[in-house]
Amino acid sequence: MDFERILFFLFATVLIYAAGRVITVRNPIHAALHLVLAFFTCAALWLLLEAEFLAITLVLVYVGAVMVLFLFVVMMLDINTSPLREGFIRYLPLGLGVAFVIVSEMYLVVRARNFGADVIAIPERHPEGYSNVKELGNVLYTDYVYPFEIAAVILLVAIIAAIALTMRKRPETKYQNPAQQVAVKAKDRVRIVEMKAEEKQ
Amino acid sequence: MTMPLSDFLLLSPEIFVLIMACAILVVEAFVGKRIADISYTLSQLTLLVAAVISWNMLDTAHAVVMGGTFVHDPMAALLKVAVFLIVIGAFVYARGFNTSSGKLTGEYYVLGLFAVLGMMVMISAHSLLTIYLGLELLSLSLYAMVATDRDSGNGSEAAMKYFVLGALASGMLLYGMSMLYGATGTLDLGGIASALAEPGENSLILVFGLCFVVVGLAFKFGAVPFHMWVPDVYDGAPTAVTLFIGSAPKIAAFAMTMRLLVESLGSLSVDWQGMLIILAVLSLALGNIVAIAQTSMKRMLAYSTISHVGFLLLGLIANTSAGYSAAMFYAITYALMAIGGFAMIILLSRAGFEADKLDDFKGLNDRSPWFAFMMLILMFSMAGVPPTVGFYAKLSVLQAVVDVHMVWLAVVAVAFSIIGAFYYIRVVKLMYFDEAVSDAPLETSTDMQIAVSVNGLLVLALGLFPGGLLTLCIQVLG
Repeated sequence: MDFERILFFLFATVLIYAAGRVITVRNPIHAALHLVLAFFTCAALWLLLEAEFLAITLVLVYVGAVMVLFLFVVMMLDINTSPLREGFIRYLPLGLGVAFVIVSEMYLVVRARNFGADVIAIPERHPEGYSNVKELGNVLYTDYVYPFEIAAVILLVAIIAAIALTMRKRPETKYQNPAQQVAVKAKDRVRIVEMKAEEKQ
Repeated sequence: MTMPLSDFLLLSPEIFVLIMACAILVVEAFVGKRIADISYTLSQLTLLVAAVISWNMLDTAHAVVMGGTFVHDPMAALLKVAVFLIVIGAFVYARGFNTSSGKLTGEYYVLGLFAVLGMMVMISAHSLLTIYLGLELLSLSLYAMVATDRDSGNGSEAAMKYFVLGALASGMLLYGMSMLYGATGTLDLGGIASALAEPGENSLILVFGLCFVVVGLAFKFGAVPFHMWVPDVYDGAPTAVTLFIGSAPKIAAFAMTMRLLVESLGSLSVDWQGMLIILAVLSLALGNIVAIAQTSMKRMLAYSTISHVGFLLLGLIANTSAGYSAAMFYAITYALMAIGGFAMIILLSRAGFEADKLDDFKGLNDRSPWFAFMMLILMFSMAGVPPTVGFYAKLSVLQAVVDVHMVWLAVVAVAFSIIGAFYYIRVVKLMYFDEAVSDAPLETSTDMQIAVSVNGLLVLALGLFPGGLLTLCIQVLG
């Protein structure tokens, strides 16, 4: 067994372990951290496939941005997960049974006989100086310009949806209007009232 | 790779809708408060112009452009025109809804336009990638639209359910697509079809992928047993959103099924026919029977959607070009009936009161004979009573099924639609023979009343003269 294969099995094992822990640990923070581990090992697997740019993007985007946001949300919402776990033991046997059937069926179909090295050719090693970024750049705006643009529109819709759903003026919300704040004059703030001096009684 | 300008001309409806949607977004943000209904007017204009553009492309020859990710064919042009026209109707009703409830904002129309764009992408998709992206664009816009009414608990619950189950369905679809890609090595629908044509293909993996693809499609259609979201979402969403979800996306789902199952996986038809038969029979049975027990009009129409999806699938099961055109005719006419049915709920609503209970339809004949008649046409059409269009839609689907010697399937479908006729006719009974609960006059705007009248009369007219649309459906698939 060559070194690369050992690495693959190492990362794959850690990935499966981490993914399993994400859904089994009690503490949501631990679950999020296990998801980070899952992303890291996934990125390592992609590196083995010589997709170095995508591997780094996965770490940067998912670990660096998405998961940090996730942790913030978990901390701010402070969800009590114990009611969600009610009935876990009760449904466990049924769930395990169904999962076992599905997994064994899937194993029978998706196994080495159908996806092995003798069926699908092993990808060739890239020559020295091969740039993943360059290859992606070559096709992104040519072959894949249409899907790429649609992906951009999907992001735009996500922005619109997020703003439309959160930006609403409820009577009880207090907000500042910077334009009014800047334009304010001293005479708007201070009211000079002329009145006679009161005599001492 | 070079792309001649003529390639982009084929995309002109998409490009036009996208530009206008972005423009309306900006216009709404700046002058939306000052000029009433500006985004509504502009959206309607956009859809109208896009419909004209697409209609003119009906005769343009079949072409695959954009690196094989976009296809233009007569079917795409016709389905796009149908989507535009249905959405124009939906927007008219949405405006009527807004005047009575005031719950919608300018974003409704913008998100609606983006949903239309998603449907167009799905209709013209020629790659697994574009199918998925179009579907996500559509779904994301719909999730946001369902959640518009933030203060309603039901609305938020519906949006959450829709989002979670929709994400699950997308995951299923993607997993199936990844299997198809793994087995054939291409994302291009034409490429998959030609890879399948070669002997010795790894068919076990393909059928495995096909299962997941069918599950994903069934989720989006709302076919039993993947229908759990339909009643809750239809019931919880604001009525203007419900009528949007219940109408045009069914046309897009039909197009997606045509592209995926027929055009690319056509040689696996024996496998997917069996799966679709199960989905269709279960949908017909559950949709028609459970609808009887509903007291809410929206939930009843939701279950009725499920049963209509069963009928639509029958046309695809036939797996002949007559069957496809029948299914297409069914999808388009069903969308027309569905917006009409939901529009009646809006028509009977007034400020602070939503007429979404069956009892609200009691004695409608005394309050407004004309709209009671319109509802009668719509209900008869959904039940499949001649001379309405629903009858011809059902007839052509059944004919296609009988032609391929699946008589038992046709018998099952007819039996369940007779059961289904009960709850449609119950609405008619409530309107004509029961005492009215309230005698409040209808307070909706004139354009809303005109639109409902046009919608009802169109259902009747297409039933009297179904030839034009039916021939068109046959031609574009020929």
